[in-house]
Amino acid sequence: MARRWLGRSATRGRPLERLTKTHTATEATVVAVFREEAGRLTAALVRVLGDFDLAEEVVQDSLVAALEKWPEQGIPDKPGAWLMTAARRRAIDILRRDKRYREKVALLERSNLKPEPAEADDRLRLIFTCCHPALSPEAQVALTLRAVAGFTTAEIASAFLVAEAAIAQRIVRAKRKIVAANIPYRVPEGDELPLRLDAVLTVLYLMFNEGYLSRSAQVAMRRDLAEDALWLTSLLATLMPDQPEVLGLQALMKLNLARSRARFDAAGEMVLLADQDRKLWDRAAIVEGIALLDRAGAMKAPGPYQLQAAIAALHAEASSWAATDWHQIVALYDALLRLVDSPVVRLNRAVAVSHFVGPDVALGEVNDLAIALSGYHLFHSTRAELLDQLGEPILAREARRRALDLCQNPAERSLLERKLAR
Amino acid sequence: MKYVLMFGGTAEDQEAWEKLPKDQLAAAYERTGKWFEEHGRAGRIIGGEELQGPNSSTTVRIKSGKAIVTDGPFIEAKEIIGGFAIVEVKDLDEALAMAKTWPGGGWVEVRPVVDHSND
Repeated sequence: MARRWLGRSATRGRPLERLTKTHTATEATVVAVFREEAGRLTAALVRVLGDFDLAEEVVQDSLVAALEKWPEQGIPDKPGAWLMTAARRRAIDILRRDKRYREKVALLERSNLKPEPAEADDRLRLIFTCCHPALSPEAQVALTLRAVAGFTTAEIASAFLVAEAAIAQRIVRAKRKIVAANIPYRVPEGDELPLRLDAVLTVLYLMFNEGYLSRSAQVAMRRDLAEDALWLTSLLATLMPDQPEVLGLQALMKLNLARSRARFDAAGEMVLLADQDRKLWDRAAIVEGIALLDRAGAMKAPGPYQLQAAIAALHAEASSWAATDWHQIVALYDALLRLVDSPVVRLNRAVAVSHFVGPDVALGEVNDLAIALSGYHLFHSTRAELLDQLGEPILAREARRRALDLCQNPAERSLLERKLAR
Repeated sequence: MKYVLMFGGTAEDQEAWEKLPKDQLAAAYERTGKWFEEHGRAGRIIGGEELQGPNSSTTVRIKSGKAIVTDGPFIEAKEIIGGFAIVEVKDLDEALAMAKTWPGGGWVEVRPVVDHSND
């Protein structure tokens, strides 16, 4: 599960850290600048230095320097140039200590390093290097956030509720491996591309889910993982406009984020899709998401992300939970199962079946998943809902308790507790 | 850049391999032989060998200056290394591409070697 693999379980039982920082105009601008510039800077420096590790390190140092200086001095007119100067100085400092790098120092001092839009392709190489399958998935996520999206290590740590030192170590190890194993700085071609692109999309999707699921009304963070995952996916879609699954994932994220405002009530409690106030949904984002999906669909190569986005689109277009086109949703889940047969997809399909055919048939389908999903809280909470509908309150309660035992997300736990208290 | 490709599998894989009927074994050797030949002709292979089974293995342990000889592989592993190839390629992706085409089944571990040329 997305949430578990990043070591979240290590923080189990610890109350969610309340970050006192909130979004201010300046902070939002700083984040936007970092996001826009970090990947370009890193890409330009990797090109000049031929050293991924050093390039990434000095860009990170320049971001940290900016975080110290900009709040007092204000954001410079050309923030990209400011960051590049800081990064370059830092690189020269580091390289001067080593005589072997005299040539590189000269190169850095001479070169007119401007992160130009023409170098957009370099960011694509950067993304593929950060998401190389020879690196662990955790490292891929952390490295992508840092090198491409301009997160500081501290920001990654707070987004994942993991100690900063652990994130730093993860990144150092990954960068060492890139150098030691000579992981190339390139965009894969030919037969290689589909699998490698899948790996990149997996990283972005994990990143999004981590941000989306762990979001709650109480936690205000300087950077929003789900928003950044969408930003990265949009960047990828710009760099690779002919890949329908990239657009599909972008559409999926956009459609999910469009529901953000309705996902928590005034008291900060989580509201399920069925109960959400649909007037709070972001209509403009829904229109954009559906347009992306249409563009992907025109390429006539359906894939799992497009299908999931299509399901999200049907929810987004329905005027109410009851008015949802369940028939179509079941058909989309069937198509999805033909591509990726997973018990979680089957569970979601069963929910749609319960509305389309009936809760008894759905419960039968859910029960068939008992072995595969016995450790998954949503399996038990889905059973609880279906048992309620079938007039089995005692069994429903039992299933809900089991779900609560397995669930770690505070917002979801609170929802289950409220239902148990009824 | 130099890498070592280590070809391995489970103990069961090894057993199954040893029990293959003659014609199938010959066909399997032909496939792996062809792999070595093709990559060798392309200049990617520096060396490599197939190893005899773990039953033929002897381990020498060096402990505080003393060498102790024991029967069998070093680790009582469920996984066995059956052979290796030393390859010279551009980067990890090229080494991985070779590993992906390995016709011998099991798994292939790809490890870069230490470069002492700049020492």
